[in-house]
Amino acid sequence: MSRRLKEIIIKNVFLLVALVSIIILALIIAFLFSEGLPIFNVVSVKDFLFGTEWYPTYDPPEFGIGALIFGSFVVTIFASVLAVPLGVLSAIYIAEIAPPLIKEIFKPVVELLAGLPSVVLGFFGMAVLAPWMQETFDLPTGLNIVNASLLLALMAVPTISSISEDALYSVSQEFKEASYALGATRFETITRVIVPAALSGISTAVILGMARAIGETMVVLMVAGGAAAIPESIFDSVRPMPASIAAEMGEAPFRSDHYHALFATGIVLFFLTLGFNLIADYVSHKFKEVGSATL
Amino acid sequence: MKWRYFKQQLFFFISRLSALIIAVTIGGFLIYIFVNGIGAINWEFLTQAPRDSMTKGGIMPAILGTFYLMVGALITALPLGIASAIYLSEYAKEGPVIRIIRIGVNCLAGVPSIVFGLFGLGLFVVFLHFGSCILSGALTLGFLILPTIIGASEEALKAVPQTFREASLGLGVSKWHTILHVVLPNALPGILTGSILGIGRAAGETAPIMFTAAAFFTAKLPTSIFDEVMALPYHVYVLATAGTHIEETRQIQYGTVLVLVGLVLSIDLIAIVIRSYIRKRKRW
Repeated sequence: MSRRLKEIIIKNVFLLVALVSIIILALIIAFLFSEGLPIFNVVSVKDFLFGTEWYPTYDPPEFGIGALIFGSFVVTIFASVLAVPLGVLSAIYIAEIAPPLIKEIFKPVVELLAGLPSVVLGFFGMAVLAPWMQETFDLPTGLNIVNASLLLALMAVPTISSISEDALYSVSQEFKEASYALGATRFETITRVIVPAALSGISTAVILGMARAIGETMVVLMVAGGAAAIPESIFDSVRPMPASIAAEMGEAPFRSDHYHALFATGIVLFFLTLGFNLIADYVSHKFKEVGSATL
Repeated sequence: MKWRYFKQQLFFFISRLSALIIAVTIGGFLIYIFVNGIGAINWEFLTQAPRDSMTKGGIMPAILGTFYLMVGALITALPLGIASAIYLSEYAKEGPVIRIIRIGVNCLAGVPSIVFGLFGLGLFVVFLHFGSCILSGALTLGFLILPTIIGASEEALKAVPQTFREASLGLGVSKWHTILHVVLPNALPGILTGSILGIGRAAGETAPIMFTAAAFFTAKLPTSIFDEVMALPYHVYVLATAGTHIEETRQIQYGTVLVLVGLVLSIDLIAIVIRSYIRKRKRW
């Protein structure tokens, strides 16, 4: 075999393997649809998405995941309110303000936080935070929106912090020098030059952090309380989509309507996070600073 | 002028505080887990199976199960991940193909873990009739960590200086042999770091193995890849949520959590240490 031919074959073998990620993604979609779509013979798409009655085991059953979608959004938004300032400010501190030694220590700490298994955080929420919260605020249950949001924020912080930090680092040195040369203080340089220049990266970080929070399962399964209803206060229980899937799949009879409904919930969750990721990808490419001329 | 300076000080203070909150939270959390869990850890706890409907005894089957799943996930993801990274870094030219592959990898990285669980259930457990077993769980986890390994490997390959490749190609070596004998060996430590981080992630994930591999309780140890296994994260979940002995088994729960956290964090620490070692000792 000629050397040239061999090289072409090798190249195409690698191309095939590189396509595996796409193939897996396609398979995920295929299996979610094939197991999830049959539910729409029983309930209309509109009633499924916007119905707020989720009684899959009643007779007759109700399959409306409106309250589950709402639950997912509520905990994600509350978690972001906490995680975005913490993550972005800590990234600014590490990238622009901190002395090198603190930088060296803090970066691995954030990575360790990112590596903590979610079931461990969920366990902490159940065993420690929930009883404390119940007693301190005199609540019927400590397993509620606030508890789940606190822990989700903790899961989103490393994503937001480390991606924002990368974005801040990649702001070119010329910008900072130009700003200092004009007499700006470090604060003014950070808020008016560095952060605006890194904004696309920071936005990507925030979107990906939110995507992580909305898709996170174990924390919301263990700590959100599991009530499939629209909450009235931040101390009410909710049942976000991942929690519902994880809690009920074990008991749903194989290929029953309930089983299909849980897969259909998976479809909604999948496309929601896919949307977040595509937006993040778009933002990071569209608004990428190519050189100093683009600012 | 004073106001300008004051604003700066205030901003620096708030930023410092944010970083401090994060550091103190994780520090306090780890200390809390350690203090509460260390009492449960002894030789018996680590080497024996649970007894008396999991209110006594150890967690050995769960440790072993997690180990099998980690190894299986790595065997699945490592070859696919490295080969994908080689294509992206060495062969692909900027254009639509590479752009689509990259979007695919990013999207795969963002798929929620519970959706991976559903996918594993649909494909491996049901469609391919593997049932709930080590094989199904390991493949599901392997696909889950694939983007991590691709990302780290690609970064490691890109960090090998272009001059190395040019020197090898200039000597008349083929592209494939250049990759195999020049690029890969130099990128290996970086690839290793990424793989270790990937295993750490696989060890701690619960949602993907709930329907694909994890058993509530098995008395016997697995004898083949078609057996169900207990796993540390799932064991924590089960003990903390199911049954009537939740308060009674708190000690065991903290012990299991400590073993899991210890395992995952030491894996991550190894990766972090290797990486900082590479960065310091770079020869080029």
